[in-house]
Amino acid sequence: MNLEDIIQETKTYYCLECGKCTSVCPVAKYDPSFSPRAIIEGALLGFEDELVFNRELFSCLTCYTCKQECPSDVDFPIFVRKARSIAQDNGQRGICAHSGQLQSLARLMTSPTIKQKRLEWLSKEYSVSENSDVLFWVGCAPYFEPIFEDIEFRALDITEASLKVLNLLGIEPKLLPDEKCCGHDVLWTGDIETFKKLAEHNAAQIKEAGVKKIVFSCPEGYRTFKLDYPNYVDLDCEVQHISELLAEKIEQKGVKFKEINKKVTYQDPCRLGRHLGVYDAPRKVLESIPGIELVEMKHSGWESICCGTSAWTNCDSYSNMLRTDRLSEAVETGAELLITTCPKCQTHFRCAMVDKGEEHRSTPRIEIMDLANLVANAMGERK
Amino acid sequence: MAEFEPRIIAFACNWCTYAAADLAGTARVQYPPNVYIVRLMCSGMINPDYILRAFEKGADGVIVSGCHYTDCHYIDGPVKCDAMFAKVSKMMHVLGLEDERLRREMISTSEGTVFARVVKEFVDQLKKLGPSPFSSLRKEKVAV
Repeated sequence: MNLEDIIQETKTYYCLECGKCTSVCPVAKYDPSFSPRAIIEGALLGFEDELVFNRELFSCLTCYTCKQECPSDVDFPIFVRKARSIAQDNGQRGICAHSGQLQSLARLMTSPTIKQKRLEWLSKEYSVSENSDVLFWVGCAPYFEPIFEDIEFRALDITEASLKVLNLLGIEPKLLPDEKCCGHDVLWTGDIETFKKLAEHNAAQIKEAGVKKIVFSCPEGYRTFKLDYPNYVDLDCEVQHISELLAEKIEQKGVKFKEINKKVTYQDPCRLGRHLGVYDAPRKVLESIPGIELVEMKHSGWESICCGTSAWTNCDSYSNMLRTDRLSEAVETGAELLITTCPKCQTHFRCAMVDKGEEHRSTPRIEIMDLANLVANAMGERK
Repeated sequence: MAEFEPRIIAFACNWCTYAAADLAGTARVQYPPNVYIVRLMCSGMINPDYILRAFEKGADGVIVSGCHYTDCHYIDGPVKCDAMFAKVSKMMHVLGLEDERLRREMISTSEGTVFARVVKEFVDQLKKLGPSPFSSLRKEKVAV
């Protein structure tokens, strides 16, 4: 693939150079050298090297804010994703957060000879069934466990809460012992080759499992399965985020919740919100829990602000400023709890709130929790 | 078929383990040639990706070695290294790597013989285990 192909594919030539993208871009707000408009303009003038070897290429959050503002419907996030794959071909791996270990992990997973021990955390408390036609996608949670232990984030808490919620709804999901990374992060850093291998493996596993529906607790996996897998593999089953499943069940028969008296605010993850348009389901779930008062942040719904890093690329001081400002918005609402539906939002906010010394003392602090955990608490014990 | 020769990447700190390997060499202590040493300024600077990348590139085992706790030139390098190593070990365990393929050692400057012994032991252990589960990712075949 070369630059010309990408321009054709993403219809970048429709760009009017109006600069709306740069004016709404959360990165450009803090980083004056980053401008989606300038990147597009350079590409249209044919400056391939300037695009590919530009450090800023990996600064884009692919949060879709620019895409929904663009009057010419230029798909900037996909343009960036494809440009990154040219960069990868030229040996540019970008500056990855956590020293790139999460991308390396995905690449290691492509080895066909590995035997993962990814379900060791699973206790008897949760009922899973081999014959179920619903699959619960565990995702990277078992790997996040050791990586994020020092920011006091336990990704498996979300997984366990989701399983509990599913069990209480009367669903005994199937878990795959040999699922591999969904490939979201490698795809968005431009490593298509690795992504394809992972997608093929997962599609084969799912086919073998013979399930009809896959439930996700992570919006990134959900997005990848819903929008990206159909372009690469044949996947014949329904995908759903746990918040959508809950909203559906609440509508159908009403789910009994015990009262939780808390004022909460909700962070829309970019993958679930702008990428897939799921804004109402999580809010509906929150509103149906008695005692929960939902207050919206200054920017919410389709204009909500990203948590500051996506696909584990380029986490820098600008990302931290973005994150801190978003946390201030959450604190300003007067809410005592910040609810999100994405494990990665939680990772990034928690990381920002960890005391790293004098200059971080002023970071606003708020309790943060995943929707699945709140719902699991509200649904109480299993009868 | 020729016997399987494991490839080992050793991350060695400049002040202790690298010097120990040097001492083993100057003292003519014999040890297997399967080890590739990567010199770093401190064992505390190793980040998890170094180890992941070593396996990705086809290492069969990785040794992370530096100074003893009280010898570090940068005060608390070994403590940082321990924390990092614990994280990577847990991650690699989930990934299905045998725990024995990762080895944390502390070898000081004067312990050239210890370095030779560790390498010898590790090579024997890896020969029993066979190639790493990630060996299929190795792109080019390099003779040991």
